[in-house]
Amino acid sequence: MEFELTDDQEFFRETTQKFLAAECPIVKVRELRSSAQGFERDYWRQGAELGWISLVVPEAHGGGSVSGRGIADLTVVADAFGTHVAPGPLVPCNVVAATLARSGSAEQRELVPELVAGDVVATWAYMEAPPHDALGEVALVAAADGGDFVLRGVKSPVEAGAEAQHLLVTATTDAGPTQFLVPAETPGLTITQLRSVDMVRRYARVTFDEVRVPARAVVGELGGGAADVEHQLHLAAVVQVAEMAAAARQALDITLDWAFSRYSFGRPLASYQEIKHRFADMKMWLEASEALADDAARKVQDGDEHAGHAVSAAKAYAGTYLAELLQDCVQLHGGIGVTYEHDLHLFLRRVTVDRMTYGTPSDHLVRLADLSAAVA
Amino acid sequence: MSDTDIESVESFRLRARKWLAGNYPRVEGHVYDRFAAHDDDVELAEVQHQRGLQRMLYDAGFAGICFPKEYGGQGLTPAHQRALNDEFVGYQVPFLIQVPPIVPCAAVLLDFGTEEQKRRHIPAILKGQEIWMQFLSEPSGGSDVAGALTTAVRDGDEWVINGSKIWTSGAWFSDYGLALVRTNWDVPKHRGLTVFIIEIDQPGVELHRIEMINGSADFCQEFFTDVRVPDSRRLGDVDQGWTVGTRWMYHEKSLGGVSPYITGSYDAPGGTDSAGEPLVDLARATGHFDDPRGRALIGEAAMLRMARAALSDRVADGIRAGALPDSAAAIGRLMNGVVKARYATLAFELAGSNAVATLPDEPWAQSGFEYLERQSSSIGGGTTEMARNNISERVLGMPREITHDKNMPFRDVPKGPPSA
Repeated sequence: MEFELTDDQEFFRETTQKFLAAECPIVKVRELRSSAQGFERDYWRQGAELGWISLVVPEAHGGGSVSGRGIADLTVVADAFGTHVAPGPLVPCNVVAATLARSGSAEQRELVPELVAGDVVATWAYMEAPPHDALGEVALVAAADGGDFVLRGVKSPVEAGAEAQHLLVTATTDAGPTQFLVPAETPGLTITQLRSVDMVRRYARVTFDEVRVPARAVVGELGGGAADVEHQLHLAAVVQVAEMAAAARQALDITLDWAFSRYSFGRPLASYQEIKHRFADMKMWLEASEALADDAARKVQDGDEHAGHAVSAAKAYAGTYLAELLQDCVQLHGGIGVTYEHDLHLFLRRVTVDRMTYGTPSDHLVRLADLSAAVA
Repeated sequence: MSDTDIESVESFRLRARKWLAGNYPRVEGHVYDRFAAHDDDVELAEVQHQRGLQRMLYDAGFAGICFPKEYGGQGLTPAHQRALNDEFVGYQVPFLIQVPPIVPCAAVLLDFGTEEQKRRHIPAILKGQEIWMQFLSEPSGGSDVAGALTTAVRDGDEWVINGSKIWTSGAWFSDYGLALVRTNWDVPKHRGLTVFIIEIDQPGVELHRIEMINGSADFCQEFFTDVRVPDSRRLGDVDQGWTVGTRWMYHEKSLGGVSPYITGSYDAPGGTDSAGEPLVDLARATGHFDDPRGRALIGEAAMLRMARAALSDRVADGIRAGALPDSAAAIGRLMNGVVKARYATLAFELAGSNAVATLPDEPWAQSGFEYLERQSSSIGGGTTEMARNNISERVLGMPREITHDKNMPFRDVPKGPPSA
């Protein structure tokens, strides 16, 4: 999230932060751990009313940004999500709404206002189960059959997969990468809720066993899905990195307070040089991650030709170093840091799922090397 | 001068763009790493070349953007300097004149110099005529600069200086040095220092070149034996040298993107924010690009290079906007140190076993030597340990380190055995 927000963005930031502080304090997040969905539909509608799903959707399709720069606005929401480890399918709903508005048929676009209003939840079925879990590998095949397509394969983990009414499925066809909009109740779909390392962010495994969909389920051009997929990855990573940075900032603040108030051998932990130097490293990792997060958000917003570089650098750096930051915060807390009672793990969990989904740090390093070679 | 009298940033930017395109040399393969090993005649030719670049900038009205007009500058604003720096991408930068002569030396002169000192020296520095450096570190201590042992004793209208300074890069081809020296041993260390301007080519100044691990001999050590300096070359008040030193150190730390006095982008390994990764060429030359290990190394290098550049911009923006304290410059300094060291390691790893013994023209000929030298980036200009102290204490507000020399006369402060 940028240092300097516009007045409208600042108002939006305060509204979202206040709403999350009131509606899902940490104690509520802890309660939701045992709920089926991980988030409540009313909460999601209210968040949607604040604009959470409208920012990267053009006004013509029921959306609208706060500042004219919707992706920067979305990082404001992501930042609030990281601060409060908030529940709700922020990445998948925004990704699907943006792509349907951009490339969907008239019929598919009818879904967009419902997503924007929070009445409907949709998700992006992209990642796949091992051994097809490398970023960019799509083993799910959609075979043309008569006027239909038949989908075979496994998508996993699919965020909010058990809660979503619609799935945007990234598939391989003879014509090339293609995306399909598939209702969750389509025969042949098996959706299994998984045990997530996050408290409230749920993921499912979705098995496509001869799932037959009509040709009008294709989103955009048959075989022409690559650009949409790329943009979806950019959008997802920008949200994730902003969320990770905010979660890490919270953890660092919590740990700094701890270092000042915890005494051993007659002096605060904060007075030991070994500890101070680790805080200095953590502060550097955090500031560098925020710097890359903002750079990526700007370049994606501007359609910069090197947006992919910025996205992969941000995701790889934040995914690597903010995860280390969280683990070091745990270490500096000592025994209490590895308990369920302490709040630190909520932030560790959120950083962990963000780090590993829609491309791990290793995946993004390889992408960055390939992109760099392409311009060298 | 009121704001309405000065050229708008956009007009200035367009004028700079046009002038650079029509008159000024682009990089086009002319990359000079001052910390690599060079023959003296090569280095002297480069110094002459950069003096010439600086003179071109001066004559065209693009030197000293934020220095007042009466001292040869342009009397413009940091926003003008940033616009010029944006336009400078792809053009040769006279770094040897920018650092340390302009930043920090001319900046310190501007802060503390007498009218006569400023009028005499700042224009000469901005024209590339006078090359200045910093007589700061001593053999007895690097990070603890206020613990200087080099001493000046007053003798009428002159001062007599004895002692030694070290780690002055390029002193052997330079003209003047700013020196922080002790003028009072009977007060605590910060209260007995004074800054002098020392002309290098004068009796009593003996200069030794220091050979570094990578073969470079750019760093020097100076020995001062009864060097006589007129009182008119004192900068700031007697025994108030730490006041000067604090600003001096601030200017030096502000090199990483915050300084309003520097032209061009300083200190980026392998270029700034470009999308091309320099290690790709090395990996292709060694045939390691297509193996997964090689690509992971290149990806990490590109990531760190971009992280360093983005952080540098963020710290500069944050300080300008008041969202980060001035001391946040230490975050950029720490990042520079750790990223450059890691980058050198990545390059060496990519180069592989044949980088330990090379023919002169092989693409990996420097990798082994750069690896040996890699900790330089975490030592020079203040160690990363000091940066970590600064970040934790000044940015995060953690307790200061306990010192044992605070309130005692410097004479009584425990010191190690004299160094050679």
